[in-house]
Amino acid sequence: MSAGHLPRWVDYGLMPLLNLAAAFLVSGLVVLLIGENPLEAVEILIWGSLGWNEGIGFTLFYATNFIFTGLAVAVAFHASLFNIGGEGQAYVGGLGVAIACLALDRFVPWWVTLPFAVLGAAAAGAAWAFVPAVLQARRGSHVVITTIMFNFIAASLMVYLLVNVMGKEGSMQPETRTFEAGGRLPLLQDVIPGLDFGTAPLNLSLILALLASFAVWALIWRTKLGYEIRTFGASPSAAVYAGISPVRITIITMMISGGLAGMMAINEIMGSQHRLLIEFVSGYGFVGIAVALMGRAHPVGIVFASILFGMLYQGGAELAFEKPSITRDMIVVIQGLVILFAGALEQMFRPALIRMFSFARTPATEAA
Amino acid sequence: MFEMMILILDSTVRLSTPLLLACLAGLYSERSGIFDIGLEGKMLGAAFAAGAGAAVTGSAWLGLACGIVVSVALALLHGFASITNRGNQIVSGVAINFLAMGLTALLGQDWFRQGGQTPPLPVEARFTSLDWPFAEALRDVPVIGGLYSELLSGHNLLVYVAFLMVPFTWWALYRTRFGLRLRAVGENPAAVDTAGISVTWLRYRAVICTGILCGVAGAYLSTAQSASFIKDMTAGRGFIALAALIFAKWRPVPAMFACLLFGFLDAVAIRLQGQELPGIGEVPVQFFQALPYILTVVLLAGFIGRAIPPKAGGTAYVKERT
Repeated sequence: MSAGHLPRWVDYGLMPLLNLAAAFLVSGLVVLLIGENPLEAVEILIWGSLGWNEGIGFTLFYATNFIFTGLAVAVAFHASLFNIGGEGQAYVGGLGVAIACLALDRFVPWWVTLPFAVLGAAAAGAAWAFVPAVLQARRGSHVVITTIMFNFIAASLMVYLLVNVMGKEGSMQPETRTFEAGGRLPLLQDVIPGLDFGTAPLNLSLILALLASFAVWALIWRTKLGYEIRTFGASPSAAVYAGISPVRITIITMMISGGLAGMMAINEIMGSQHRLLIEFVSGYGFVGIAVALMGRAHPVGIVFASILFGMLYQGGAELAFEKPSITRDMIVVIQGLVILFAGALEQMFRPALIRMFSFARTPATEAA
Repeated sequence: MFEMMILILDSTVRLSTPLLLACLAGLYSERSGIFDIGLEGKMLGAAFAAGAGAAVTGSAWLGLACGIVVSVALALLHGFASITNRGNQIVSGVAINFLAMGLTALLGQDWFRQGGQTPPLPVEARFTSLDWPFAEALRDVPVIGGLYSELLSGHNLLVYVAFLMVPFTWWALYRTRFGLRLRAVGENPAAVDTAGISVTWLRYRAVICTGILCGVAGAYLSTAQSASFIKDMTAGRGFIALAALIFAKWRPVPAMFACLLFGFLDAVAIRLQGQELPGIGEVPVQFFQALPYILTVVLLAGFIGRAIPPKAGGTAYVKERT
């Protein structure tokens, strides 16, 4: 091992922990700045998210959203693509879910609707990622910029559709009618006896999210396509030399990514809201970036990171309730700090760690 | 008809100003090879600082200074992450947007307790409109009166600053040593390094320029256009500015026209809300809101010329070792 390389456990374990610790330390300073006790805030946050059944239910409900958007960003990462459009893809995914539910909910039970809703969500999300993908693959326009533009186009499109086309008749609210039982996913506590999450809308989507995580793991590390995606991500020129088409990989990867983002809508629309409404994505797509970064683009890491962010969301809501001066905006601040330290400043501690470990190792190597 | 055109153009100028300032801000950074999707966050932070500063001190100028300080601080954070630590520039921009969104709302509520707003500013603490000489006298002269008294005169100082920044930026970029080096470092940092010029320091200066201009843009929103900071008041303007920058292919004069175009679309959308257009019917306002983004995507698709970003954009410079 040459100087500049770190043991695996440092690279994958210690460094992310240090980054996270830095983010939380600065968050604590922000809490101090507004005159509250950070330790007390942490206590409320942990109790609120894990200390009671309903809290756990909400934590896992939010985590479900983050698993989908986190996986979406991660799949693109493996191909060295930055899909920043999860927000728009999830929003349009809601359209796919709503169309399936509105068409079927009065005629069939929920388990017949579900496959169509999944298909609708994935297809709509994938379609929304398709144009940026083609533009990147064929025209070389950067996917980051085009997906940002598509987020805004999605927002305008959805408002237009909900106000002018799909809106409930005789109502000024920009939302569709409420789905009947055939368009509602059952709550987890109604399916598995013995569970009780109070009023938390934790539903079957969590299972779907875990299945999706497994599918992504299998895709990336156990299939030919996954190998091609990783090869293209590691070195596009080597991929071309190996006969892998960059156009094909870019488009397929972005569509898988968009499809996963779109599936987030199943949890929100079919599992909880039971109607399509404006701005239901409310930042989950962007937080997916933080989740993927923290989870190091690995499904297992993403599930854990999602639970952490779920705790932040739920615990943060409790915190805002207990301490009115710490509003829910504190969650946004913490997310920003996590993205900053775990993402942009990821390598900040590396030089110091390298110095520390090479210093510790040198005498040992000489002795051997 | 002429009256209405003047009114629309007048609000076009007002609506383009923050876009133009943010767009030129992005130009400095991106021309030096640092992508910046954090324009939105810097503007928002500056708008809050300017609104809060002006409310506390009672001076628009001190408010502007606060706005610039906060925006430059965020720009330096972006520089620290993407120049010094060679972090991902996109991720850093996303983080800055999140931070600004959360902190402005959180601190706003804690300091002023008005639902995230800053206290409304009195007239003395704002940038108010300046009347040009003879504007009143010429008001009733046909055509010239409308153009001179309505369109040119009667804007606040920051509007004129924004439009004067266009020739200034052009001059700085194409006629000064700093500009030549700035453009070079965005295309080929290794060559600049070989010439014995510090890539790091040059890029830091570029992001500081970005910070200053975003600061002015934010101050315009909260102390000139409105009389207080409102939660999330940038409302995507930073991203429209980014779209305008791409639309202008990273050049200052086209940037002005792109911002005027996007401002014009905004003004028309407000004007046409709920009105029937002859022959077309009612155009949904969302269409106008989405149009800047659609146009930019069409441009990126290569249907209106080709937008080629600075070659070294988005990648950190690693000095060659022996």
